[in-house]
Amino acid sequence: MRIVFKTDYMQDIRPWKDGYQLSLYLILLAFMIAAPYLVDDFYLGEITNVLVWAIAGLGLMVLTGHTGQASLGHAAFLALGCYANIILLEAGMPFMVAFPLAGLITGAVGVLIAIPALRMHGIYLAIATMAMSILTDDIIVLTEPWTGGVVGKFAPPVNVFGVMIDRWGTPKEFYWLILGVTVLITLGYINLLRAPLGRSFIAVRDSEVSAQAMGIDVARTKAISFGISCAITGLGGALMGLYATTFNNETFSVVISIQLLMMIVIGGLGSIHGAFFGAIVIGFLPQFLSISKEYVGAVFGGGTVAIPGLEFGVFGLILIVFILFEPMGIYGRWLKIRTWFELFPFYRKNMFKRKKSYLKTERVR
Amino acid sequence: MEFLQLLISGLANGCVYGLIALGFVLIYKATEAVNFAQGDFMMLGAFITIGLTNAEYMALPFWMALPVSIGIMAVLGYLLDRFVIRRMFGESQTAVVILTIALGFVIRFVAGLIWGHEPQTLENPLAGKDISVGGVVLGMEDVAVIIVTLLLTWSLYEFFNRTKLGLAMQGASQNQLAAYYMGIPVKRVQGLIWALAGAVAGIAGILFAAKGAVDPNTGLLGIKAFAAAVIGGFGSLPGALAGGLIVGVIEPFAARYIAAGYSQVAPYALLLAVLVFRPHGLFSQVRVKKV
Repeated sequence: MRIVFKTDYMQDIRPWKDGYQLSLYLILLAFMIAAPYLVDDFYLGEITNVLVWAIAGLGLMVLTGHTGQASLGHAAFLALGCYANIILLEAGMPFMVAFPLAGLITGAVGVLIAIPALRMHGIYLAIATMAMSILTDDIIVLTEPWTGGVVGKFAPPVNVFGVMIDRWGTPKEFYWLILGVTVLITLGYINLLRAPLGRSFIAVRDSEVSAQAMGIDVARTKAISFGISCAITGLGGALMGLYATTFNNETFSVVISIQLLMMIVIGGLGSIHGAFFGAIVIGFLPQFLSISKEYVGAVFGGGTVAIPGLEFGVFGLILIVFILFEPMGIYGRWLKIRTWFELFPFYRKNMFKRKKSYLKTERVR
Repeated sequence: MEFLQLLISGLANGCVYGLIALGFVLIYKATEAVNFAQGDFMMLGAFITIGLTNAEYMALPFWMALPVSIGIMAVLGYLLDRFVIRRMFGESQTAVVILTIALGFVIRFVAGLIWGHEPQTLENPLAGKDISVGGVVLGMEDVAVIIVTLLLTWSLYEFFNRTKLGLAMQGASQNQLAAYYMGIPVKRVQGLIWALAGAVAGIAGILFAAKGAVDPNTGLLGIKAFAAAVIGGFGSLPGALAGGLIVGVIEPFAARYIAAGYSQVAPYALLLAVLVFRPHGLFSQVRVKKV
């Protein structure tokens, strides 16, 4: 049993609880930095993929997890960030300028879209963003002179502080680049959550009426949240483009939007950890399935049979199980396990029990 | 003539969208949840009917298979509510939305496993027949689709507004706690509405499979039905049908008169325009509470 004694008001808003927790994260970071020497290039590529998904997930987490606005259209912003980055690079801009600029552009577009989108809420917002995501495909084809349409584009090697980085040529450097961006965004996110702005996001999520009563401009807060969310997603999209190296109008389909939302739900809505846990599930599920299929095939025969849609079917099942039995996702389960150990032997069964709630219509107000 | 022909085929397509949209609206009206898997329900209904009637499967007589497959869909809808959705009772709309999206993935996977991924059509007595009225040639399937949809919408509308059970369903959605106090068995009512939505999806599936080929990804048509439901204003049954017809009619006309590449954008562009200017749809159901 471990107790954190608070001796200072600053301790409440410090990003880490105590030295023990901080040292755990530093050890994790050290392992992540050393990863290229610990695993081979294939798995390094997979870890890179997980980190890219995690960045995109962090973007959506700002909006859905912390501001409570479900978006089924974030693939559109992934696409925007990706294309903006590549188009700026092709215009001769250095990567160190083009990359943040791509994020800014996506964020600005996000705010523009947020203004009409704010009039909708709940289900209408989800459907509107989903329609936007479906339209993205057509828009990319229609704006062929810039985007390359169905032929698509090719991501060139990028220059970071004089080092040429390329997904296939220099996988180690590419991994460190992505890791660096991930760490920066995560730190920024942690800081956002301790700042008044992040607190107001959470207030809006928990109750718009009480947030308003506390003097929060709900519309403005939602618009800013949309902007920040889109900016991070745009950065994730730019990296996704570099990771994929080739992409076209079908790369960022509406399925990716849905996958992204499901990912953060599985990971745990409303927590930074959740985006990472979810990304691990998304990143390693295909590998896991193919390995387990081989195993099943070795025992029962017929392991080489391709089952179309298996990945999505299993993914859907995992999600259903989580929503029914662990609505706070993997992170929620982890919290329970941790609390059990920290409070041992005083953990009670109903400590995390949800309050019984009843739904009211949104049509009468 | 060409105009009329386009209009009729658009209306028939629109009716199918409208039927899926009816399923959304039914569930939304009575449980305040949105079933993102309604399109996949329709696909499942189509495949169950194909499995019962087509020669290579069970080869039951067509008219016998119809009530059986609608019944199976209703039972499936009820079981789904009983064992999955009911656990989410009182949870937020968004959680149910994500749950039903996941359900859609699973249904698509299972249908692919059972019936394969080849497009299949329903063998039916109406196939290939047509009637011509004043020079306009109408497929019998199209006529059947339009008639059945109109009848169904009308009877559901009457059901919700005239019968005790219909009113109880509306009450259950407006305020679950208050509905309990009024003696409405909210959970049982919700089970019934899911069964009803399953049956409607079954009918939509049969009509769709009679008109054209079905494969496990047909359920994605549900997205267009969303456009229909939103344009009509979620929560209004005639609105859902009207929205479906609008989307259905716009499609062939856009394909005919607007340059390729822009035409398939039309339904979604309309959806966004409606949402921006009338956030609650054309037949808005949102009322301000009078104190």
